[in-house]
Amino acid sequence: MVRLSINGVDRELDMDPATPLLWALRDGLRLTGTKYSCGIAQCGACLVLVDGKPVHSCTTPISSVMNRKITTIEGLSADRSHPVQQAWIEQEVPQCGYCHSGQILAAAALLEKHPQPSDTLIDEVMREVLCRCGTYPRIRKAIKRAAELAQSDKEA
Amino acid sequence: MRSCKLTRRDFIKVSTLAGGGLLMGFPFTGLTKAQSDKADTAFQPNAWISIGTDDKVTLQVASAEMGQGILTGIAMILAEELDADWSRVKAEFAPADKAYYNPMFGRQATGGSTAVRAFWNPLRKAGAAAREMLLQAAADRWQVDPSDCRTEKSKVIHDDSGNQLAYGELVRAAATLPVPETVFLKEPDEFVLLGKPLPRLDTPLKVDGSAVFGMDVQLEGLLSASVARSPTIGGKVKSFDAKPVLAMPGVKAVKQISSGVAVIAEHYWAAKQGRDALQIEWDEGLNKGLDSARITAEFAKAIDSDGVVERDAGDIETALQGAAKTLEAVYTVPFQAHACMEPMNATADVRSGSCDLYLPTQNQTRSQAAAIQLTGLPEEKVKVHTTYLGGGFGRRGDDDFVKDAVECSMAVAKPVKVIWSREDDILYDKFRPATYNRLRGGVDADGRIVAWEHRIAGASIMGQKQRGLVPGKSDWSNTEGAKNIPYAIPNLQVRFAMYNPGIPVGFWRSVGSSQNAYITECFFDELASLAGQDPLQARLELMEGHPRHAGVLKLAAEKAGFGKKLTQGHAQGIAVAESFGSFVAQVAEVSIQRGRVRVHRVTCAVDCGMIVNPDTIHAQMESAIAFGLTSTLKSEITIKDGRTVQSNFDDFPLLHIDEMPEVDVHIMQSDEAPGGIGEPGVPPIAPAVANAVFALTGKPIRSIPIRHAG
Ligand code: FES
Ligand code: FES
Repeated sequence: MVRLSINGVDRELDMDPATPLLWALRDGLRLTGTKYSCGIAQCGACLVLVDGKPVHSCTTPISSVMNRKITTIEGLSADRSHPVQQAWIEQEVPQCGYCHSGQILAAAALLEKHPQPSDTLIDEVMREVLCRCGTYPRIRKAIKRAAELAQSDKEA
Repeated sequence: MRSCKLTRRDFIKVSTLAGGGLLMGFPFTGLTKAQSDKADTAFQPNAWISIGTDDKVTLQVASAEMGQGILTGIAMILAEELDADWSRVKAEFAPADKAYYNPMFGRQATGGSTAVRAFWNPLRKAGAAAREMLLQAAADRWQVDPSDCRTEKSKVIHDDSGNQLAYGELVRAAATLPVPETVFLKEPDEFVLLGKPLPRLDTPLKVDGSAVFGMDVQLEGLLSASVARSPTIGGKVKSFDAKPVLAMPGVKAVKQISSGVAVIAEHYWAAKQGRDALQIEWDEGLNKGLDSARITAEFAKAIDSDGVVERDAGDIETALQGAAKTLEAVYTVPFQAHACMEPMNATADVRSGSCDLYLPTQNQTRSQAAAIQLTGLPEEKVKVHTTYLGGGFGRRGDDDFVKDAVECSMAVAKPVKVIWSREDDILYDKFRPATYNRLRGGVDADGRIVAWEHRIAGASIMGQKQRGLVPGKSDWSNTEGAKNIPYAIPNLQVRFAMYNPGIPVGFWRSVGSSQNAYITECFFDELASLAGQDPLQARLELMEGHPRHAGVLKLAAEKAGFGKKLTQGHAQGIAVAESFGSFVAQVAEVSIQRGRVRVHRVTCAVDCGMIVNPDTIHAQMESAIAFGLTSTLKSEITIKDGRTVQSNFDDFPLLHIDEMPEVDVHIMQSDEAPGGIGEPGVPPIAPAVANAVFALTGKPIRSIPIRHAG
């Protein structure tokens, strides 16, 4: 049995400890918001937050994240109220949408660390997450917008 | 309002929903009589519109949502003529059924940027007929003349009396009325939804992980499978040893299927581990030893064959002989993979007497047909449930992944989800065809382009599907974008010589235009430069009779300030293309940094006729530019020893956000019928960039991707 803390809930899994977190989430826990695309840490579709930092779940064995706080897209907010989600909706960012769990978590982690990121920093950090549909211009805009929303949340 | 007669072909059918709502069905497509009779009997579940007594309007959308925003677009068209309250409109994916055949294809499929074009008229009529019946029902109730009533936001209103009734209160009565023979369609200036940037209906589901893609389908007792395929394309299984794999944890079965050997397990990781451990001996088949260099050499040979003449004007040889200056160039484009972010996958549940398919598919009809063939079940027992698609770009019109799932489910008599790894997805893609092009051109002493010859040799998509389509025959998918160039050149010839090297090819976003626009628009700039002409002026001078090409070209040039003074080391390139009924021109501004092309800005002008949702048009242009930049600057598929060389994003790199230019999109106002929007932004980007590099370095770019420049 492997014990994991996912989105604030302790979960037990009867899976090989070498299983990548991605497949433990998707097949073991039926949390399918985390996506598979490359399996080799090249695309960011599978990003989750481990203690607040983005991690490629496709190459992370579950044995290495026991006792760590794991956040998936399902746990970012209960009601799409996270500033990044709100900005994503407002700017109509997703197209096919497949990459956006990863995009949103990467953006949330970026803003956590740099509440007012520069254009260059946004590009530098977000280059880790690929989008075949080319939603990049809107990702840039939405991150700026999310920064504003987060700021006004704080002030409120 | 414009009146519009409903013909027998419109086939509108009305019935009552359980609970009293109104259901309208429209098996209105290009069906044969026999097909439509069949559709009639199966009418009930095939409704396009249902209106509940609670006012909820539910629309069935036959097209696949792969990012292009069609779910919202189709719903807007129906809701517009229905005068539905947009906030209470819900859109669902329709099951596989003839009622949802795309009138442009005669099957239920999404591709060729046809969805809006094909459904525009039928959907508007459908919405208008429903609206009229509701209005009539209200007029009957109030005993007033229907022409004194109007509709708005799912209500019928009689202004004189101040009476109002919600659609939900009228549906019972409306369902008993005859379908009107004449309906009234709105004039564009009466639109309240169309032309507005309404938010997409699927956006909320795509920010919290709740949208269900094919990959995410869950069923009771669902198993996962991974299929080992021949490393050599087209090879076959000779023998394999299932035993050690069957002993691995979680593995349930190891079965040979048509595409290879499937390892079926409790979950995907176990299946993948099993598949990686599997020892298989392969018969490499015909492609053994085949490589890209040999394919190119064969193309180069084929190009001298007569092939088929696709367009012919004037006398090309005489014109070339008489020209003041001539130019000959060879342009090549490689195979390209689709690389949808969601790898191919499918779920099938084949039980005795039924088959349920859960598919991210662009082609419900083809998927259903494949399952019917494999299972022997009758059509009504094979159900297709369409999920969201994590990208499509033409790849998901195929049925190879569907067959995998059906065969696996049949082998174990349980529901099975087959997941292609990213490596499977790229190695065994149906690639955009590689082609080899030889062009000759001539300009006269006054600097006019007087001769243009374009010979194409390439693999044919249709040729691999249709028996009898052999070398010497025509294939539109190889020549679109080449034979329809808009330039009035007096001596012009386009030829196609088919050569099929045995590498599977398929439709790839914007198909033939994706490469032919690059080849023709770049060769045009070479000729303009030979003639000492400005690329924009040279184009406009030859564009008589093509006002929509000229319109977008001028608009893009004006918005980009084409020809203005730029930062040192920067240059602009311009290109225009028509595809799928829409016209797009782009200006790219580039520089070269350490041998690598950097695209700073793309200005895009689009004329796609009447506008459904302008925000979707913007998004699709941005998308097409990113997609096209990947193949212009980064990705290609090569073949070595019969195998695909590239297999994942490390060697088939996609565009990253830091390589994405600023994009400005300008939409032309137009009253023309709507054109496609998912694909037409792709063709002009490669030539706009390559022409900019040519302007900067003086060296033409005759093959892409442009990995090194300067
Ligand atoms: S699936 Fe993990 S980075 Fe691509
Ligand atoms: S929205 Fe489709 S891959 Fe990003």
